[in-house]
Amino acid sequence: MIRYIVRRVLYAVPLLLGVNILTFLLFFVVNTPDDMARMHLGQKHVTQEAVEGWKHERGYDLPLFWNDRAEGTGKVTQTIFYQKSVGLFMFRFGRSDSGREIGADIRQRMWPSLAIAVPSLIVGLLVHISLALLLVFFRLTYLEFWGIALCVVLMSISFLFYIIGGQYVLGKLLQLTPISGYDSGINAIRFLILPLIISVVAGIGSGVRWYRTLFLEEVEKDYVRTARAKGLSEPQVLFGHVLKNAMIPILTGVVVVLPLLFTGSLITESFFAIPGLGSYTIDAINQQDFAIVRAMVFLGSALYILGLLLTDLSYTLVDPRVRLG
Amino acid sequence: MLKLLWTDILFFILLAGFTVAIARARRLEHLRRPWRKVARSRSAMVSLVILLAYLFIAILDSIHFHPRIEGENGQYRGEVISVLDSWMTPIRTRVEKTYSAPFSSYAYAKEMIRQPDGTQRWDYPRLRYGGAHLSDPERETMGDILRIGTEGLAKGASVWAALALLLAVWRSRLDRIGLTESLTLIARGRTEIPWRAALLTLFLILGIGGMLGELGLYYHVLGTDKVGEDVFYQSVKSIRTGLLIGTLTTFATLPLALGFGILAGYFRGWVDDVIQYLYTTLNSIPGVLLIAAAMLIMQVYMARHEDDFASLALRADFRLLFLCLILGMTSWTGLCRLLRAETLKLREMEYVQAARALGVRQGVILVRHILPNVFHLVLISVALDFSSLVLAEAVLSYVNIGVDPTMESWGNMINSARLEMARDPVVWWSLAAAFLFMFTLVLAANLFADAVRDAFDPRRAE
Repeated sequence: MIRYIVRRVLYAVPLLLGVNILTFLLFFVVNTPDDMARMHLGQKHVTQEAVEGWKHERGYDLPLFWNDRAEGTGKVTQTIFYQKSVGLFMFRFGRSDSGREIGADIRQRMWPSLAIAVPSLIVGLLVHISLALLLVFFRLTYLEFWGIALCVVLMSISFLFYIIGGQYVLGKLLQLTPISGYDSGINAIRFLILPLIISVVAGIGSGVRWYRTLFLEEVEKDYVRTARAKGLSEPQVLFGHVLKNAMIPILTGVVVVLPLLFTGSLITESFFAIPGLGSYTIDAINQQDFAIVRAMVFLGSALYILGLLLTDLSYTLVDPRVRLG
Repeated sequence: MLKLLWTDILFFILLAGFTVAIARARRLEHLRRPWRKVARSRSAMVSLVILLAYLFIAILDSIHFHPRIEGENGQYRGEVISVLDSWMTPIRTRVEKTYSAPFSSYAYAKEMIRQPDGTQRWDYPRLRYGGAHLSDPERETMGDILRIGTEGLAKGASVWAALALLLAVWRSRLDRIGLTESLTLIARGRTEIPWRAALLTLFLILGIGGMLGELGLYYHVLGTDKVGEDVFYQSVKSIRTGLLIGTLTTFATLPLALGFGILAGYFRGWVDDVIQYLYTTLNSIPGVLLIAAAMLIMQVYMARHEDDFASLALRADFRLLFLCLILGMTSWTGLCRLLRAETLKLREMEYVQAARALGVRQGVILVRHILPNVFHLVLISVALDFSSLVLAEAVLSYVNIGVDPTMESWGNMINSARLEMARDPVVWWSLAAAFLFMFTLVLAANLFADAVRDAFDPRRAE
């Protein structure tokens, strides 16, 4: 077991390295620091001194990979690659282009993101799985047919319309919840209800369909027929056998997204003005703050790779048939 | 003078490839069987008619040209317009001052109106074009809409009748029966392919299209937006953007997914390791962020090469193409993994082993024996991805990393209209129009993709 885990962790290292090099190429080679400076200072009427000054302030005036002018190890460390990219491995994100500490921002903004993402995931799972079980329970009836038809319809509506519609109906017409905003501590709950409802409802279409196919695969199997033959009622069969065996794909599907809950949802957060990491990223994209976007790309990838790792481990924990190779 | 944009050319290449594929598939029995299954499904045929209608508009909107200036010989205007634009010229050029509600003859906001006797009045002014032919809009509007609407409906219906008759003639030739017999069979819904459902859908499309088109000459049927542009025109123009994003993306996904997936599965060993590493790395970067990074870089590139993108249309076109490619870069990994797994299975099949034992070259085995047998996966995945790409466009436009803000797209329509929900009275028409057009397309695409999957997936075959 330990050996397996160690091997999986080691496998993550080249992946992270690949992500790091890819982002470095995207942000510094394809698109040089000079371009970034001009983007920020304006394309026209900008002197070369201003560009140099901008680069120097942010440490972008070093060579990319190899510094000839430095002494000793400085030849490697006094470069953009070492200063900007290697630090990411230790989760040292450095400063944003506007001068703020990115690491501190992330630590502070991750909590609102979690506050909305975790309840959304849990409530979403409960609602979608129960609805899917209901559809399976009423299979081969009109109820199932119309249920699936409704799922396809719900799937075909853009997420944006769920948000706009929800804000308009619940927030503006019925005045049940605030339309957007956030508060610290326990007061935040008031603001979280609406995004929570919307993200759960918006996911019904694809979620229910997905869980339903998982359940249907199990329902066809022989052990389910045996369970019915020995006289178990349909609910007993569904909860005791079908749900239990379908838990393996469900669980592993959930585990892979767990780490990504930290980075939050871009769209939800920015629509509801929740000061989480999602809206942080969107603001960075809009202000063309390359340092933050780079940090978030790396963080997101690292968390995804962590998710893959956890998925592999959870497989071995829940499914005894999977042996550690 | 014809002046095709880059996306136009690629779109037509894609369509040509698609036509060739259909022509080939018609001759092969094992490919005709699943398509017949698709054709027998009523929901699939109804959605196909809707999709074809959208495609028709997108094709019209993809033939761009420089219009000739009237009166001057051999002079072309600088701006590039499409056939659809020139077709919709009356609707395109009637720009009001600002918002106005659907079918309204009055503007959305009050302003000072100078009356003939010199005094001034604070009231809703009449629109310059919308309902301008009416002398007393409050009394006449309903009757006028009904009259013009019926006229448009009649025009649409006559086009429909001609098409329906053509279909009946074709069927009667094919089935070697009389024309009346063929008509009754279709009308009673007794044909193998659900022609009646398809024709009813076509009637709805042509009827509504005829009405909207006819009414559009006199009113703003879906209102106008902030700068007074007709919302109906914008929604129709957005069809091309949506379809292109859904289809051109395959230019990036298919070569990557097919090439890498088959190579990894067939050669295994270090080739497999490298390719798996490549797609896991790419997959681990969150899609939206990768797109955002790429779009930022593209903006810098365009700013640096300002001379190459002289006109606004060129700039928007390049951005659309780039967006399609980058969306493709982020979405090929799923299909690649599927293809790899399938190839791993196929390479152990007897016929592949026989080919290898007979000394057939590797390249030939890949093209003749592996490729045709994984193609159903490609088809299913392209069909399923289409709707999610159309939906993605709207979200990306909201984050400002979608298509160019000057380009008509449903995402841009939603984006510019969402802030107006706070106004009183609510400006709902832009949102409603974008919703209707997008929802119809995505729903049709979803239903059709489901039918394609059911017909082609061997695990679902009965």
